[in-house]
Amino acid sequence: MSFMKRHETLERHSLLLTVGILVVVAIGGLVEIAPLFYLENTIEKVQGMRPYTPLELKGRNIYIREGCYTCHSQMVRPLRDEVERYGHYSLAAESMYDHPFQWGSKRTGPDLARVGNKYSDEWHLDHLIDPRSVVPDSIMPPYAFLVEKKLKFDGIEDDLKALRLAGVPYTDDMIANAKADLVVQASPNTDYDAEDALVARYEAIAERKGTLKISDYDRNPAEITEMDALIAYLQMTGTLVDFSTYEANDLNNRR
Amino acid sequence: MSSHVTPTEKPGWGFSIGTVSLLVGAVALGALVIAANAADPMMAAHAWLFFFLTVGGLLVTGLWAGARNGRNPFDPAFYEDTIVKFGVAASMFWGIAGFLVGLIIALQLSFPGLFYFPELGWTNFGRLRPLHTSAVIFAFGGNVLIATSFYVVQRTCRTRLAGGMWPWFVFWGYNLFIVIAGTGYLLGVTQSKEYAEPEWYADLWLTIVWVAYLLVFLGTLWKRKEPHIYVANWFYLSFIVTIAMLHIVNNLSIPVTLTGSKSYQLFGGVQDALTQWWYGHNAVGFFLTTGFLAIMYYFIPKKVNRPVYSYRLSIVHFWSLIFIYIWAGPHHLHYTALPQWAQTLGMVFSIMLWMPSWGGMINGVMTLSGAWDKLRTDPVVRMMIVALAFYGMSTFEGPLMSVRAVNSLSHYTEWGIAHVHSGSMGWVGFISFGALYCLTPWLWKRKALFSTALVEWHFWLATLGILFYIVAMYVAGITEGFMWRAYNEFGFLEYSFIETVKAKHIMYIIRVTGGALYLIGALIMAYNLVRTALGHGEARDAEAVPAQGPAQSPALQPAE
Repeated sequence: MSFMKRHETLERHSLLLTVGILVVVAIGGLVEIAPLFYLENTIEKVQGMRPYTPLELKGRNIYIREGCYTCHSQMVRPLRDEVERYGHYSLAAESMYDHPFQWGSKRTGPDLARVGNKYSDEWHLDHLIDPRSVVPDSIMPPYAFLVEKKLKFDGIEDDLKALRLAGVPYTDDMIANAKADLVVQASPNTDYDAEDALVARYEAIAERKGTLKISDYDRNPAEITEMDALIAYLQMTGTLVDFSTYEANDLNNRR
Repeated sequence: MSSHVTPTEKPGWGFSIGTVSLLVGAVALGALVIAANAADPMMAAHAWLFFFLTVGGLLVTGLWAGARNGRNPFDPAFYEDTIVKFGVAASMFWGIAGFLVGLIIALQLSFPGLFYFPELGWTNFGRLRPLHTSAVIFAFGGNVLIATSFYVVQRTCRTRLAGGMWPWFVFWGYNLFIVIAGTGYLLGVTQSKEYAEPEWYADLWLTIVWVAYLLVFLGTLWKRKEPHIYVANWFYLSFIVTIAMLHIVNNLSIPVTLTGSKSYQLFGGVQDALTQWWYGHNAVGFFLTTGFLAIMYYFIPKKVNRPVYSYRLSIVHFWSLIFIYIWAGPHHLHYTALPQWAQTLGMVFSIMLWMPSWGGMINGVMTLSGAWDKLRTDPVVRMMIVALAFYGMSTFEGPLMSVRAVNSLSHYTEWGIAHVHSGSMGWVGFISFGALYCLTPWLWKRKALFSTALVEWHFWLATLGILFYIVAMYVAGITEGFMWRAYNEFGFLEYSFIETVKAKHIMYIIRVTGGALYLIGALIMAYNLVRTALGHGEARDAEAVPAQGPAQSPALQPAE
C-alpha cells in the first residue's frame, strides 16, 4: 500500500515525525479554544457583575488553597433537579472575573455556585469550625484553624494589579484603597465614610445595588482572620447577577 | 545489558557535566536570591528547598566526577542503565507513597471523625487529594515513563542515551519537581487546576526539565543505528511533545510578585475552564495513554517473544489516536456554561476515540498470538494483558460517559471516580507493574524474579482490590446520581444532599478495602523486586541469562 510506503519517511526522520505530531495534536485545541476568545455570545450580557472586593478575593484564595474545589463544584447545570436544588443555572458571565475558574468536577459535597446568602454567617462559622456540629452526617474536614489565623494582606495591591493584567477591571481607585477596603468590609460600624466609599467603588462597576455585604463574619471584632475572608467569599458566590433583568430566552442566551 | 555499541565520536565527557552544573548553579543562585527576599513563608520554604537540593546535587556531581580518574562515565560503548535502575526504584517508592495517600483520603471520607485532625489543617482532604493524584500520576507514572523510555529508546536505537549528564538532569530535575509539587500541596501552594496544581515557579522548572527530556530523547533518536524509528518511540515522542504543549498553555499565569508563591491564571472563567480540561483530558490521553502504550509496544512483544500483531494497525491507530484525543476535553464540561457547540464537538470526538483506543488494545492483545499459554504460565504477561483489558474497558466507558445524556447522570458523582480508577489502577498500574517486573531482572542481570509465586499474590490481590474499588464506586455513583434527581409523589426533590452522602457510607468502606488490597500488592511487589535485585531465590545464577545484545532484540524491527 502506497500510504504505508509514505509513512516510512516519517519513521526515518525524527524531526519530521516530531513536527507531524505537533501539527496533528495542535488542531483540536485551536479549533475548540481559540473561538471562545472572540465569539461574542460565549459570555452573556448581564447586569451586576463586578470584580471581587479585596476581602472576597482573599477568601477565594483560601478556598483555592484548602482545595475546596476537590469536593465542591460551582456550576449549576440547566437540569430540573439542579435548578430546584441550587437555584438558577450558572452563566458564563458569572465566572468572567475568575482567574482561575472554580467550576469543579466532583460533588462529594453540594454545589456552592449559589451558596451566597443561603445561610447565616453564624451557620458558616459553626459549620467550618466543626461541620458535624450542624450536619451530623457530614464528611467534610474541620476548618477550625482558620479562626486562629490572622489574615495577611500586606501585598493585596499586587494581587489586584496582577488580576488587572489578566483583564479584571480593577480601577486605580480600587487598587489604591485595597487595604482600607479589606479592613472595613470585615469591621462594620467603625468608619461609615470608608464603608460608603467601598460600596460606591464596587457598585459603580456592577451597576447594581446591594451585592456588597459588610459584616464581622467570624464574630471576632478584635481581628481580621482567614475565617472572615472565607465566609465573605462564600456569602457572595452567585449573588452578583441580577436575574430579574436577565432574559434566558433571548436568542443569544438560549441553551 | 551493557553490550558493546560501536563508538562513533569522542566527546569530551566533562562538557555535559559542565553545562548541567552551570544551569543547576544558576538555579541555585536564583533560589538563594528569592529565599532571601521571599514574600511569603511558602515561597521561602520552597526557595530554600530548591537551594539546598540543587547545591547538594552540585556537590555530589563534583565528587562523583572527580572520582572518575579520567575514565569516561558516558562511554558510548555501553548503554546507560544505571539511570533506569534509579527510575525503577523511584517508581516503586512513589507508587507506594501515592497508593498510601489514596488509602488515607479514602479513610477520611469513610470515617471523618477518626481521620481528620482539627489542629492539623494541612492533613485535610482538600490538601491530600492533589497529593494523591500527583503522586500516582506524575511521581509514579512519570518515573515509570522516564525510566522505560530511557531503556526502550536505547535498545530500539542500539545506541547510548544522548547528552551525557543531561539524562541525569532530567531524572533528578523531574523528581525535584515532584518534591516541590507535593510539599506545596501540604503547605497550601496550589493553583487549583486539577492535575496542574503546582504554582508558576514549579511549572517553569518542569518546563526546563521537559525540554531537556525532549532533547535527550530526540538526540538519542538522531544517533540511532537502526534506519527505522520503532513504534514505541513514536508513542513516547508524542507523549513528550504533547505534554510540553499542554503544560505550557494550561499554566500561563501572572505571578503576584516574583518572590511570592501566588499567581493568577492568565485566562479566566469559561476560557480557563476549557483550557484546563483540554489539558486535563489530554494528561490522561498523552501521559497516561500514549506513554503507557509505548510501554506496551516494547515490553509485551519482548516478554512473549513475538512481533507486534499488525504494523498497519500501529500506524492507523497511532495517528488517529493522537489527532482525536485532543478534541475530547469539552466532555468534562457538559451542561456547563461552555457554549454547546464546543460540548457537542467534544462529545462527537470522544465517541470516535473509541476506535483508535481499541485499535491499540487489539494490537497489544493479539501480539500474544501463538503464545497464549503464557497467560497461564507467566503472571507478568497476564498482568500486562489484564492491563489491556482494563484499558479496553475504560476506553469503552469513556465514550459512553461523554454522551451528554449519560453524563448528566454520571458527572460530579463517584461514577467518575470508578472510571478513572479502572483506568489508572487497571491499565496504568498493571502495565507499569508488568514493565517493572520485566526491567528488574533485565537490569540487574538476574535469571528470573525472586519469586513467581509472589507475583501471583500481587496479581490476584491487586485485581481483587480493583474490583472491590470500582464496583463500590459504580454503585455509589449511580445511587447518588439517581438520588439527586429523584422526585417524590408531590413533585418535590425526594432527598436532601446529606442523605445522598449518607447512602454511600458502606460503599466508601468497601472502597477502602479495595485500596488496601492494592497497596498490599504493591508492597509485595517492592519486596520481590528488592530481593530480585539482590539476586536471592529464583533470581540467583546470573550466568544463565542469555546476553541481551542489541542485535538479538526482536523488538528492533517494525512488526510485519
